[in-house]
Amino acid sequence: MGYVLDFGWLDDAITLIASGAAMTIFLIAVSAVAGIVLSVLGAAARRSRHALLRRAIAGYVELIRNTPFLVQLFFIFFGLPSLGIRLDPIVAAILAMTLNMTAYTTEIVGAGLDAVPKGQREAALALGLRPRLVFIKIVLPQALKVIYPALTSQIVIMMLESAVVSQIAVRELTYEADLLQARTFRAFETYFIVTLVYLAMSIGLRRLLVAGGNRFLSGGVS
Amino acid sequence: MIEFTLWDIIRNLLLAARWTILLSVVAFVGGTVVGLVILFMRISKRRWVQRFAEYYIGLFQGTPLLMQLFLLFFGLPLLGFRIEPWTAAVLGLTLCASAFLAEIWRGGVQAVPLGQWDAGSSLGLHYLKQLRLIILPQAFAMTRAPTVGFLVQLIKSTALTSIIGFEELVRTSNAINNATFEPFKVYGFVALIYFALCFPLTRYAKMLELRALKH
Repeated sequence: MGYVLDFGWLDDAITLIASGAAMTIFLIAVSAVAGIVLSVLGAAARRSRHALLRRAIAGYVELIRNTPFLVQLFFIFFGLPSLGIRLDPIVAAILAMTLNMTAYTTEIVGAGLDAVPKGQREAALALGLRPRLVFIKIVLPQALKVIYPALTSQIVIMMLESAVVSQIAVRELTYEADLLQARTFRAFETYFIVTLVYLAMSIGLRRLLVAGGNRFLSGGVS
Repeated sequence: MIEFTLWDIIRNLLLAARWTILLSVVAFVGGTVVGLVILFMRISKRRWVQRFAEYYIGLFQGTPLLMQLFLLFFGLPLLGFRIEPWTAAVLGLTLCASAFLAEIWRGGVQAVPLGQWDAGSSLGLHYLKQLRLIILPQAFAMTRAPTVGFLVQLIKSTALTSIIGFEELVRTSNAINNATFEPFKVYGFVALIYFALCFPLTRYAKMLELRALKH
Protein backbone atom coordinates (compact mmCIF):
# COMPACT_ATOMS: atom_id res chain seq x y z
CA MET A 1 0.00 0.00 0.00
CA GLY A 2 0.96 3.62 -0.19
CA TYR A 3 2.25 3.35 -3.73
CA VAL A 4 2.58 6.77 -5.32
CA LEU A 5 2.39 7.07 -9.08
CA ASP A 6 5.47 8.75 -10.48
CA PHE A 7 5.70 10.19 -13.96
CA GLY A 8 9.01 12.00 -13.43
CA TRP A 9 10.82 9.71 -15.85
CA LEU A 10 8.60 10.83 -18.69
CA ASP A 11 10.70 13.87 -19.70
CA ASP A 12 13.68 11.74 -20.71
CA ALA A 13 11.52 9.02 -22.17
CA ILE A 14 9.53 11.09 -24.60
CA THR A 15 12.00 10.78 -27.50
CA LEU A 16 12.16 7.00 -27.03
CA ILE A 17 8.38 6.73 -27.03
CA ALA A 18 8.20 8.93 -30.11
CA SER A 19 10.76 6.85 -32.00
CA GLY A 20 8.92 3.68 -31.00
CA ALA A 21 5.65 5.16 -32.25
CA ALA A 22 7.37 6.16 -35.50
CA MET A 23 8.50 2.55 -36.01
CA THR A 24 4.97 1.28 -35.34
CA ILE A 25 3.61 3.73 -37.91
CA PHE A 26 6.29 2.68 -40.40
CA LEU A 27 5.46 -1.01 -39.92
CA ILE A 28 1.73 -0.54 -40.39
CA ALA A 29 2.16 1.81 -43.36
CA VAL A 30 4.35 -0.65 -45.26
CA SER A 31 2.30 -3.72 -44.46
CA ALA A 32 -1.02 -1.99 -45.13
CA VAL A 33 0.05 -0.86 -48.61
CA ALA A 34 1.68 -4.20 -49.44
CA GLY A 35 -1.23 -6.12 -47.95
CA ILE A 36 -3.87 -4.25 -49.94
CA VAL A 37 -1.99 -4.58 -53.23
CA LEU A 38 -1.44 -8.30 -52.64
CA SER A 39 -5.02 -8.85 -51.58
CA VAL A 40 -6.34 -7.29 -54.80
CA LEU A 41 -4.21 -9.82 -56.67
CA GLY A 42 -5.30 -12.55 -54.27
CA ALA A 43 -8.99 -11.76 -54.61
CA ALA A 44 -8.70 -11.62 -58.40
CA ALA A 45 -6.79 -14.93 -58.41
CA ARG A 46 -9.46 -16.49 -56.24
CA ARG A 47 -11.98 -15.69 -58.96
CA SER A 48 -9.77 -16.85 -61.82
CA ARG A 49 -10.24 -19.85 -64.09
CA HIS A 50 -7.35 -21.84 -62.60
CA ALA A 51 -8.71 -24.27 -60.03
CA LEU A 52 -5.29 -24.88 -58.47
CA LEU A 53 -4.66 -21.18 -57.95
CA ARG A 54 -8.11 -20.74 -56.40
CA ARG A 55 -7.48 -23.69 -54.08
CA ALA A 56 -4.04 -22.38 -53.05
CA ILE A 57 -5.34 -18.90 -52.19
CA ALA A 58 -8.25 -20.35 -50.22
CA GLY A 59 -5.86 -22.60 -48.28
CA TYR A 60 -3.55 -19.71 -47.48
CA VAL A 61 -6.42 -17.55 -46.25
CA GLU A 62 -7.80 -20.30 -43.99
CA LEU A 63 -4.36 -21.16 -42.60
CA ILE A 64 -3.58 -17.57 -41.63
CA ARG A 65 -7.05 -16.76 -40.30
CA ASN A 66 -7.10 -19.79 -38.02
CA THR A 67 -3.71 -19.40 -36.34
CA PRO A 68 -2.50 -16.66 -33.97
CA PHE A 69 -0.37 -13.83 -35.33
CA LEU A 70 2.23 -14.48 -32.62
CA VAL A 71 2.75 -18.05 -33.84
CA GLN A 72 3.03 -16.88 -37.46
CA LEU A 73 5.63 -14.36 -36.36
CA PHE A 74 7.67 -16.95 -34.44
CA PHE A 75 7.42 -19.39 -37.31
CA ILE A 76 8.78 -16.81 -39.74
CA PHE A 77 11.46 -15.41 -37.48
CA PHE A 78 12.67 -18.57 -35.69
CA GLY A 79 11.47 -21.31 -38.03
CA LEU A 80 12.52 -20.10 -41.47
CA PRO A 81 16.27 -19.89 -40.65
CA SER A 82 16.32 -23.70 -40.49
CA LEU A 83 15.37 -23.61 -44.18
CA GLY A 84 18.25 -21.22 -44.76
CA ILE A 85 16.10 -18.09 -44.84
CA ARG A 86 17.46 -15.72 -42.21
CA LEU A 87 15.53 -12.49 -41.78
CA ASP A 88 16.24 -9.25 -40.02
CA PRO A 89 13.65 -8.65 -37.22
CA ILE A 90 12.12 -5.69 -39.05
CA VAL A 91 11.86 -7.62 -42.31
CA ALA A 92 10.36 -10.60 -40.48
CA ALA A 93 7.84 -8.31 -38.75
CA ILE A 94 6.81 -6.67 -42.02
CA LEU A 95 6.56 -10.05 -43.74
CA ALA A 96 4.42 -11.50 -40.94
CA MET A 97 2.17 -8.44 -40.77
CA THR A 98 1.75 -8.34 -44.54
CA LEU A 99 0.93 -12.04 -44.78
CA ASN A 100 -1.55 -11.73 -41.92
CA MET A 101 -3.14 -8.57 -43.28
CA THR A 102 -3.42 -10.02 -46.79
CA ALA A 103 -5.38 -13.05 -45.62
CA TYR A 104 -8.06 -10.86 -44.05
CA THR A 105 -8.18 -8.21 -46.74
CA THR A 106 -8.34 -10.80 -49.53
CA GLU A 107 -11.74 -11.80 -48.15
CA ILE A 108 -12.79 -8.16 -47.81
CA VAL A 109 -11.68 -7.20 -51.33
CA GLY A 110 -13.32 -10.35 -52.67
CA ALA A 111 -16.63 -9.37 -51.09
CA GLY A 112 -16.25 -5.94 -52.72
CA LEU A 113 -15.62 -7.44 -56.14
CA ASP A 114 -18.71 -9.61 -55.79
CA ALA A 115 -20.76 -6.56 -54.84
CA VAL A 116 -20.14 -4.79 -58.16
CA PRO A 117 -23.09 -5.51 -60.48
CA LYS A 118 -22.24 -7.79 -63.39
CA GLY A 119 -23.71 -5.28 -65.82
CA GLN A 120 -20.84 -2.88 -65.14
CA ARG A 121 -18.32 -5.38 -66.47
CA GLU A 122 -20.49 -6.33 -69.39
CA ALA A 123 -21.07 -2.71 -70.33
CA ALA A 124 -17.35 -1.94 -70.26
CA LEU A 125 -16.56 -5.00 -72.36
CA ALA A 126 -19.26 -4.00 -74.82
CA LEU A 127 -17.53 -0.63 -75.16
CA GLY A 128 -14.46 -2.53 -76.33
CA LEU A 129 -12.23 -2.12 -73.25
CA ARG A 130 -9.74 -4.89 -72.68
CA PRO A 131 -10.56 -7.23 -69.73
CA ARG A 132 -7.60 -6.02 -67.66
CA LEU A 133 -8.60 -2.39 -68.14
CA VAL A 134 -12.18 -3.26 -67.24
CA PHE A 135 -10.94 -4.70 -63.95
CA ILE A 136 -8.66 -1.78 -63.09
CA LYS A 137 -10.82 1.11 -64.31
CA ILE A 138 -14.37 -0.09 -63.77
CA VAL A 139 -14.71 -2.95 -61.29
CA LEU A 140 -11.92 -2.25 -58.78
CA PRO A 141 -12.75 1.41 -58.01
CA GLN A 142 -16.37 0.55 -57.30
CA ALA A 143 -15.35 -2.42 -55.17
CA LEU A 144 -12.89 -0.31 -53.15
CA LYS A 145 -15.58 2.21 -52.42
CA VAL A 146 -17.86 -0.45 -50.97
CA ILE A 147 -15.21 -2.05 -48.77
CA TYR A 148 -13.36 1.05 -47.65
CA PRO A 149 -14.80 1.08 -44.10
CA ALA A 150 -13.93 -2.59 -43.59
CA LEU A 151 -10.40 -2.00 -44.87
CA THR A 152 -10.02 0.91 -42.45
CA SER A 153 -11.00 -1.27 -39.50
CA GLN A 154 -8.63 -4.01 -40.60
CA ILE A 155 -5.70 -1.60 -40.80
CA VAL A 156 -6.42 -0.27 -37.29
CA ILE A 157 -6.70 -3.82 -35.93
CA MET A 158 -3.38 -4.72 -37.53
CA MET A 159 -1.77 -1.62 -36.04
CA LEU A 160 -2.87 -2.71 -32.57
CA GLU A 161 -1.76 -6.27 -33.21
CA SER A 162 1.70 -5.06 -34.24
CA ALA A 163 2.45 -4.64 -30.51
CA VAL A 164 3.30 -8.33 -30.63
CA VAL A 165 6.36 -7.84 -32.86
CA SER A 166 8.17 -6.46 -29.80
CA GLN A 167 8.66 -10.15 -29.01
CA ILE A 168 11.26 -10.51 -31.77
CA ALA A 169 13.03 -7.32 -30.65
CA VAL A 170 11.74 -4.89 -33.25
CA ARG A 171 12.17 -1.47 -31.66
CA GLU A 172 8.55 -0.34 -31.93
CA LEU A 173 6.33 1.22 -29.30
CA THR A 174 5.83 -1.84 -27.07
CA TYR A 175 9.50 -2.78 -27.19
CA GLU A 176 10.47 0.73 -26.08
CA ALA A 177 7.96 0.43 -23.26
CA ASP A 178 9.53 -2.86 -22.16
CA LEU A 179 12.97 -1.23 -22.12
CA LEU A 180 11.70 1.83 -20.26
CA GLN A 181 9.96 -0.09 -17.52
CA ALA A 182 13.03 -2.27 -17.02
CA ARG A 183 15.07 0.90 -16.47
CA THR A 184 12.67 2.99 -14.42
CA PHE A 185 10.95 0.18 -12.46
CA ARG A 186 7.71 2.06 -13.17
CA ALA A 187 5.98 -0.68 -15.11
CA PHE A 188 2.39 0.45 -14.57
CA GLU A 189 3.02 4.10 -15.39
CA THR A 190 5.04 3.20 -18.48
CA TYR A 191 2.43 0.87 -19.92
CA PHE A 192 -0.31 3.32 -18.99
CA ILE A 193 1.31 6.11 -20.99
CA VAL A 194 2.07 3.80 -23.91
CA THR A 195 -1.51 2.50 -23.91
CA LEU A 196 -2.72 6.09 -24.20
CA VAL A 197 -0.31 6.60 -27.12
CA TYR A 198 -1.77 3.53 -28.83
CA LEU A 199 -5.30 4.79 -28.18
CA ALA A 200 -4.44 8.16 -29.69
CA MET A 201 -2.77 6.47 -32.66
CA SER A 202 -5.73 4.22 -33.39
CA ILE A 203 -8.19 7.13 -33.16
CA GLY A 204 -5.87 9.28 -35.29
CA LEU A 205 -5.30 6.58 -37.89
CA ARG A 206 -9.02 5.93 -38.21
CA ARG A 207 -9.76 9.66 -38.63
CA LEU A 208 -6.99 9.99 -41.19
CA LEU A 209 -8.21 7.03 -43.23
CA VAL A 210 -11.82 8.20 -43.12
CA ALA A 211 -10.81 11.72 -44.17
CA GLY A 212 -8.60 10.32 -46.95
CA GLY A 213 -11.42 8.09 -48.10
CA ASN A 214 -13.90 10.96 -48.27
CA ARG A 215 -11.43 12.99 -50.26
CA PHE A 216 -10.33 10.41 -52.80
CA LEU A 217 -13.24 8.04 -53.08
CA SER A 218 -16.25 10.36 -53.22
CA GLY A 219 -17.40 11.75 -56.52
CA GLY A 220 -16.41 9.86 -59.64
CA VAL A 221 -18.44 6.76 -60.25
CA SER A 222 -21.41 6.30 -58.03
CA MET B 1 20.91 -32.86 -22.30
CA ILE B 2 17.51 -34.51 -22.56
CA GLU B 3 16.61 -36.06 -25.87
CA PHE B 4 13.21 -35.06 -27.20
CA THR B 5 11.58 -37.44 -29.61
CA LEU B 6 8.95 -36.20 -32.00
CA TRP B 7 6.32 -37.84 -29.85
CA ASP B 8 7.63 -36.02 -26.75
CA ILE B 9 7.25 -32.70 -28.53
CA ILE B 10 3.72 -33.44 -29.70
CA ARG B 11 2.64 -34.86 -26.36
CA ASN B 12 3.88 -31.83 -24.43
CA LEU B 13 2.27 -29.45 -26.87
CA LEU B 14 -1.05 -31.27 -26.67
CA LEU B 15 -0.90 -31.20 -22.86
CA ALA B 16 -0.24 -27.46 -22.97
CA ALA B 17 -3.15 -27.00 -25.38
CA ARG B 18 -5.47 -27.96 -22.51
CA TRP B 19 -4.61 -24.65 -20.85
CA THR B 20 -5.27 -22.74 -24.04
CA ILE B 21 -8.68 -24.38 -24.29
CA LEU B 22 -9.48 -23.85 -20.61
CA LEU B 23 -8.48 -20.19 -20.77
CA SER B 24 -10.58 -19.67 -23.92
CA VAL B 25 -13.63 -21.26 -22.32
CA VAL B 26 -13.32 -19.36 -19.04
CA ALA B 27 -12.73 -16.06 -20.84
CA PHE B 28 -15.65 -16.67 -23.18
CA VAL B 29 -18.03 -17.47 -20.32
CA GLY B 30 -16.73 -14.53 -18.27
CA GLY B 31 -16.87 -12.29 -21.33
CA THR B 32 -20.49 -13.31 -21.91
CA VAL B 33 -21.51 -12.40 -18.35
CA VAL B 34 -19.68 -9.06 -18.26
CA GLY B 35 -20.60 -8.44 -21.89
CA LEU B 36 -24.32 -8.73 -21.04
CA VAL B 37 -23.90 -6.06 -18.36
CA ILE B 38 -22.11 -3.80 -20.84
CA LEU B 39 -24.82 -4.52 -23.42
CA PHE B 40 -27.57 -3.46 -20.98
CA MET B 41 -25.66 -0.28 -20.27
CA ARG B 42 -25.05 0.34 -23.97
CA ILE B 43 -28.78 0.15 -24.80
CA SER B 44 -29.90 1.89 -21.61
CA LYS B 45 -32.11 4.96 -21.91
CA ARG B 46 -29.90 7.01 -19.59
CA ARG B 47 -27.48 8.99 -21.66
CA TRP B 48 -24.52 8.85 -19.25
CA VAL B 49 -24.79 5.08 -18.76
CA GLN B 50 -24.85 4.67 -22.52
CA ARG B 51 -21.85 6.95 -22.86
CA PHE B 52 -19.91 4.96 -20.24
CA ALA B 53 -20.47 1.69 -22.13
CA GLU B 54 -19.47 3.40 -25.37
CA TYR B 55 -16.14 4.53 -23.87
CA TYR B 56 -15.58 1.12 -22.32
CA ILE B 57 -15.99 -0.56 -25.70
CA GLY B 58 -13.90 2.07 -27.46
CA LEU B 59 -11.12 1.71 -24.91
CA PHE B 60 -10.81 -2.05 -25.32
CA GLN B 61 -11.18 -1.95 -29.10
CA GLY B 62 -8.73 0.93 -29.48
CA THR B 63 -5.76 -0.41 -27.51
CA PRO B 64 -3.65 -3.53 -27.99
CA LEU B 65 -4.68 -6.54 -25.91
CA LEU B 66 -1.02 -6.94 -24.94
CA MET B 67 -1.10 -3.51 -23.25
CA GLN B 68 -4.34 -4.40 -21.43
CA LEU B 69 -2.68 -7.55 -20.10
CA PHE B 70 0.44 -5.64 -19.01
CA LEU B 71 -1.64 -2.97 -17.25
CA LEU B 72 -3.56 -5.60 -15.28
CA PHE B 73 -0.47 -7.64 -14.53
CA PHE B 74 1.53 -4.67 -13.26
CA GLY B 75 -1.33 -2.45 -12.11
CA LEU B 76 -3.35 -4.73 -9.83
CA PRO B 77 -0.43 -5.43 -7.47
CA LEU B 78 -0.23 -1.68 -6.88
CA LEU B 79 -3.77 -1.81 -5.51
CA GLY B 80 -2.66 -4.52 -3.11
CA PHE B 81 -3.88 -7.58 -5.03
CA ARG B 82 -1.51 -10.50 -5.40
CA ILE B 83 -1.75 -11.50 -9.00
CA GLU B 84 -0.57 -14.53 -10.92
CA PRO B 85 -0.25 -14.78 -14.71
CA TRP B 86 -3.37 -16.98 -14.78
CA THR B 87 -5.50 -14.36 -12.99
CA ALA B 88 -4.24 -11.53 -15.17
CA ALA B 89 -4.83 -13.63 -18.29
CA VAL B 90 -8.40 -14.56 -17.34
CA LEU B 91 -9.25 -11.03 -16.25
CA GLY B 92 -7.69 -9.38 -19.30
CA LEU B 93 -9.32 -11.68 -21.83
CA THR B 94 -12.67 -11.53 -20.01
CA LEU B 95 -12.77 -7.72 -20.07
CA CYS B 96 -11.63 -7.57 -23.68
CA ALA B 97 -14.16 -10.23 -24.74
CA SER B 98 -16.96 -8.39 -22.90
CA ALA B 99 -16.33 -5.25 -24.94
CA PHE B 100 -16.34 -7.06 -28.28
CA LEU B 101 -19.34 -9.26 -27.44
CA ALA B 102 -21.36 -6.29 -26.18
CA GLU B 103 -20.69 -4.46 -29.44
CA ILE B 104 -21.67 -7.50 -31.53
CA TRP B 105 -24.93 -8.00 -29.60
CA ARG B 106 -25.77 -4.31 -29.67
CA GLY B 107 -25.87 -4.66 -33.44
CA GLY B 108 -28.36 -7.47 -32.98
CA VAL B 109 -30.54 -5.53 -30.55
CA GLN B 110 -30.65 -2.55 -32.90
CA ALA B 111 -31.61 -4.79 -35.79
CA VAL B 112 -34.74 -5.95 -33.96
CA PRO B 113 -37.63 -3.85 -35.31
CA LEU B 114 -38.90 -1.20 -32.87
CA GLY B 115 -42.40 -2.62 -33.19
CA GLN B 116 -41.23 -5.62 -31.17
CA TRP B 117 -40.63 -3.33 -28.16
CA ASP B 118 -44.04 -1.75 -28.63
CA ALA B 119 -45.66 -5.14 -28.89
CA GLY B 120 -43.93 -6.14 -25.67
CA SER B 121 -45.18 -3.14 -23.75
CA SER B 122 -48.68 -3.50 -25.14
CA LEU B 123 -48.70 -6.98 -23.61
CA GLY B 124 -47.94 -5.30 -20.28
CA LEU B 125 -44.36 -6.58 -20.00
CA HIS B 126 -41.94 -4.34 -18.17
CA TYR B 127 -38.54 -3.40 -19.61
CA LEU B 128 -36.51 -6.34 -18.33
CA LYS B 129 -39.15 -8.85 -19.39
CA GLN B 130 -39.34 -7.28 -22.84
CA LEU B 131 -35.59 -7.69 -23.15
CA ARG B 132 -35.50 -11.24 -21.83
CA LEU B 133 -38.53 -12.65 -23.63
CA ILE B 134 -38.67 -10.71 -26.87
CA ILE B 135 -35.62 -8.66 -27.79
CA LEU B 136 -32.60 -10.66 -26.66
CA PRO B 137 -33.65 -14.03 -28.14
CA GLN B 138 -34.01 -12.39 -31.53
CA ALA B 139 -30.80 -10.38 -31.15
CA PHE B 140 -28.79 -13.47 -30.18
CA ALA B 141 -30.27 -15.50 -33.02
CA MET B 142 -29.18 -12.82 -35.48
CA THR B 143 -25.65 -12.49 -34.11
CA ARG B 144 -24.82 -16.16 -33.70
CA ALA B 145 -22.33 -16.18 -36.60
CA PRO B 146 -20.24 -13.17 -35.46
CA THR B 147 -20.29 -14.49 -31.88
CA VAL B 148 -18.75 -17.78 -32.97
CA GLY B 149 -16.37 -15.78 -35.16
CA PHE B 150 -15.30 -13.82 -32.10
CA LEU B 151 -14.69 -17.06 -30.19
CA VAL B 152 -12.11 -17.95 -32.85
CA GLN B 153 -10.48 -14.56 -32.36
CA LEU B 154 -10.47 -15.15 -28.59
CA ILE B 155 -8.76 -18.53 -28.91
CA LYS B 156 -6.06 -16.91 -31.02
CA SER B 157 -5.73 -14.06 -28.51
CA THR B 158 -4.88 -16.48 -25.70
CA ALA B 159 -1.46 -16.80 -27.36
CA LEU B 160 -0.63 -13.33 -26.02
CA THR B 161 -0.91 -14.47 -22.42
CA SER B 162 2.34 -16.39 -22.97
CA ILE B 163 4.07 -13.00 -22.88
CA ILE B 164 2.95 -12.25 -19.32
CA GLY B 165 4.08 -15.72 -18.32
CA PHE B 166 0.98 -17.87 -18.46
CA GLU B 167 2.02 -21.43 -19.27
CA GLU B 168 -0.15 -22.16 -22.33
CA LEU B 169 0.58 -23.49 -25.79
CA VAL B 170 2.94 -20.79 -27.06
CA ARG B 171 4.93 -20.49 -23.84
CA THR B 172 5.39 -24.24 -23.69
CA SER B 173 6.47 -24.26 -27.31
CA ASN B 174 9.09 -21.59 -26.57
CA ALA B 175 10.49 -23.79 -23.80
CA ILE B 176 10.50 -26.87 -26.02
CA ASN B 177 12.13 -24.90 -28.79
CA ASN B 178 14.88 -23.76 -26.44
CA ALA B 179 15.57 -27.37 -25.53
CA THR B 180 15.36 -28.93 -28.98
CA PHE B 181 16.44 -26.14 -31.35
CA GLU B 182 13.84 -27.27 -33.85
CA PRO B 183 11.73 -24.13 -34.26
CA PHE B 184 10.41 -25.10 -37.68
CA LYS B 185 8.92 -28.31 -36.35
CA VAL B 186 7.78 -26.94 -32.97
CA TYR B 187 6.06 -23.78 -34.23
CA GLY B 188 4.69 -25.73 -37.18
CA PHE B 189 2.95 -28.12 -34.79
CA VAL B 190 1.73 -25.25 -32.63
CA ALA B 191 0.18 -23.64 -35.70
CA LEU B 192 -1.47 -26.97 -36.58
CA ILE B 193 -2.95 -27.32 -33.09
CA TYR B 194 -4.42 -23.81 -33.24
CA PHE B 195 -5.71 -24.55 -36.70
CA ALA B 196 -7.38 -27.74 -35.48
CA LEU B 197 -9.07 -25.74 -32.71
CA CYS B 198 -10.16 -22.79 -34.82
CA PHE B 199 -10.96 -24.19 -38.24
CA PRO B 200 -14.08 -26.18 -37.22
CA LEU B 201 -15.43 -23.08 -35.47
CA THR B 202 -14.70 -20.91 -38.51
CA ARG B 203 -16.57 -23.42 -40.64
CA TYR B 204 -19.46 -23.44 -38.18
CA ALA B 205 -19.62 -19.63 -38.21
CA LYS B 206 -19.67 -19.66 -42.01
CA MET B 207 -22.50 -22.21 -41.98
CA LEU B 208 -24.53 -20.09 -39.55
CA GLU B 209 -23.96 -17.06 -41.75
CA LEU B 210 -25.19 -18.83 -44.86
CA ARG B 211 -28.20 -20.18 -43.00
CA ALA B 212 -29.04 -16.68 -41.75
CA LEU B 213 -28.86 -15.35 -45.31
CA LYS B 214 -31.44 -17.87 -46.47
CA HIS B 215 -34.08 -16.70 -44.00
